[in-house]
Amino acid sequence: MSRLIRTLMLLLLAGGPFATSVAQDISGDDMRSLDGQVQEIKSDVLSIASELNNLEERLLYPSNTQVALFVAIEDDEDFRLDAVKIEIDGELATHHIYSYKELEALQKGGVQRIYTGNVPTGDHQLSVTMIGMLKNGTEFNKTDQFSFAKGVEPKALGITLAGPGLGKSGIQVGDW
Amino acid sequence: MFRAPFSGIGLLLIASLATSPSHSDELKDLYFGEALYYAHQGYYFEALERLDAEVDQHAGLDEPELDTLFYHIDDAEFSLGDFELRYRMHHRAGRAIRAVLEGAVDEVVRNDAAYRLARIHFQKGQMDAALRALDRIDGKIPEGIRDDIEFLRANVYLAQEKPAESFEVLKRLQGSDSYGGFAAYNLGIAYLQDGQRQAAIEQLDRAGQIENNDPAELAIRDKANLVLGTILLEDGEYERAMPYLNRVRLDGPFSNQALLSAGWASLSVENYERAVVPWSILAEREVTDGATQEAMLALPYAYGKLDIHGRAAIFYGRALDAFGAEVDKLNESIETIREGKFLDALVREEIRKDKDWVIRLRSLPETPETYYLMELLATHDFQTGLQNYLDLADLRKKLVSWQSSFDSFDDMVTIRHDHYEPLLPDVDTTFRELDSRLRLRREQHKMLVRRRDDLLTTPRPEFLATREEQAVLARIELIEEKLKDASTPFEGALVQRMRRLKGLLTWTLETEYHDRLTQFDQNLRTLDEAMVVAQTQYDEFVRSRQAATHSFEGYETPISRLRGRVSEAIQKVDLLMKRQGRQLEIVAIDELMARRGRLESYRDKARFALADSYDRATQAQARSEVQ
Repeated sequence: MSRLIRTLMLLLLAGGPFATSVAQDISGDDMRSLDGQVQEIKSDVLSIASELNNLEERLLYPSNTQVALFVAIEDDEDFRLDAVKIEIDGELATHHIYSYKELEALQKGGVQRIYTGNVPTGDHQLSVTMIGMLKNGTEFNKTDQFSFAKGVEPKALGITLAGPGLGKSGIQVGDW
Repeated sequence: MFRAPFSGIGLLLIASLATSPSHSDELKDLYFGEALYYAHQGYYFEALERLDAEVDQHAGLDEPELDTLFYHIDDAEFSLGDFELRYRMHHRAGRAIRAVLEGAVDEVVRNDAAYRLARIHFQKGQMDAALRALDRIDGKIPEGIRDDIEFLRANVYLAQEKPAESFEVLKRLQGSDSYGGFAAYNLGIAYLQDGQRQAAIEQLDRAGQIENNDPAELAIRDKANLVLGTILLEDGEYERAMPYLNRVRLDGPFSNQALLSAGWASLSVENYERAVVPWSILAEREVTDGATQEAMLALPYAYGKLDIHGRAAIFYGRALDAFGAEVDKLNESIETIREGKFLDALVREEIRKDKDWVIRLRSLPETPETYYLMELLATHDFQTGLQNYLDLADLRKKLVSWQSSFDSFDDMVTIRHDHYEPLLPDVDTTFRELDSRLRLRREQHKMLVRRRDDLLTTPRPEFLATREEQAVLARIELIEEKLKDASTPFEGALVQRMRRLKGLLTWTLETEYHDRLTQFDQNLRTLDEAMVVAQTQYDEFVRSRQAATHSFEGYETPISRLRGRVSEAIQKVDLLMKRQGRQLEIVAIDELMARRGRLESYRDKARFALADSYDRATQAQARSEVQ
């Protein structure tokens, strides 16, 4: 067998000539140390995010005016939620169109904070519209009105959406 | 943040958490649900940010059992560790999961946590610790991870070079739906590691024939056949290796290596015609693949052996051109990496959204030839480094956006200050007046309440006299006083008249006392309500006054501290990105240089072989002309 063949065979039998090649000047310890430092900075940034959230909440949404709306969906294979529109006292608060990933997250039990804003204390009107598609391809659109009272403490309202097939009201709103 | 106890609708936690088992069906804590919403989309930073705050807040409550997270606290703490693990924060994840293990948690949760802890240790190469964590698993095991635990245990044994310990586990796992093929293959490798060559061959033979439609299982079947073929090649059993190499699918990820080996097996038994077949297929494939490049050199060699020197010369010529072009491409790639364009391309979002983003990199201008980096990109160390680099780039984006928001916060505080500051003195003056009036009314109200209470125990009809009656009484008393000292002839008649008048008034007061007391009580109750309204308005006024001050006071220190922290974090991230990026560049350049070195060596060999083939072809032609 020629020298060429022997060389090539050797390379092949070594289990793939290009399996792993690590630069000589980078040791595993270096990589681990760097990995540790990356983990530390992630921890730092998470702590900054938490402090920043508190500050933002105090500054932008003080307790006596804060209202937060959350959306969850009931498990319903016959209905696909496409969008939600929410009005508070006749003013558009938010309009959200769902991506596939967001919808999947809701279907797995996640709860979306769809809106955080400010309203004065007292009674308010909430209008929730859900737009979606039924399994048979028909578009589904439903709007319901609710009222809620805003006190001096932050207000959190949970909105649960369901398709028409589940035999109960499609939109439910409750205090949390 | 204020926490209202759960008082409304419950939301179904539809699927058990993808990452951890759920022990309560109904989701009662919106903020935990919000963390899950982000986690289910793969946004673990956001999920951690929310869940961290929620769990911390819960821990600080005096009566945690009144908090909605109380119902999910085990899941929440477990999820924290899980999210940290997924966000590649192994240090913190380890701590969180250990805390779950040491807490009074459900057996299922504890076993799941032990498995995850073992996996962390395994990834960090701490095999003894991984085994200790696995040994803590006892009792009820979540169905979904039963096979995962066993497969991990077998892999730990293999990593510890204790293959014999893994035999039983892997044998059992061969029937598993998710690990059947992997277990069969790993068992073959375990036998090989244990020095049982024959058993390894038999096992890999079985692993190489598993019927399955799952792409991952098909790939592992191909790998079993390729490894078996390679073992036999090493043993010099070339003919015996052939069927196994032929079993490897032509469109699978191991097909190039199998075609190459099949060619060598045939060449080794001097069956050159048969060697030409797989190499001809391989030589037409993606030129950046190592096996293809080797085949481009081996194919003309086989033609040479068949005395077809003209064709050999043509193929050597093609190989020479291809190798030259690839060397140029590699030179350019190395240069682009040195110029930092590789890292720039890595962080481009439109590329990362594509699941084949690594391959798509090559379509961008001025990026290196990523096909040469595919194998490197698949290694654990490079993946860790790459993910760290991408995570750092994401962190940087967040920090920079936060940094820019501080100026807006400052503006907001200044605007509020400028708006409220001039108004507040007048507001305070009005407030002070209102305050003193309200205090007076409160005192009056208290006095009336006391009087009503006294009247209930000690009746005093004169206290309930009307204003006119009080005036008449006062006048009667005055006249009575005057009459005492007067000496007139009408005194007796006057006194008589006064008594009659007084008697008439007393009669009215005494007889109407109960009605009047009832009326007084009713009036007082109405006053109570009015006082409550006044007090509520007063409280709201105080709160609004406080809110006005709070809207611009007390922000300077936290904003300044956060600004400093963000700026410091950006510096750290920049430094780490530079180091991590440099590391990736070095590894990538090293890989490309190794490939270039090999190609240059192939090119030299091809050049000599081309000349040799031309000579032989010319000689053969001359010989045929002489004949």
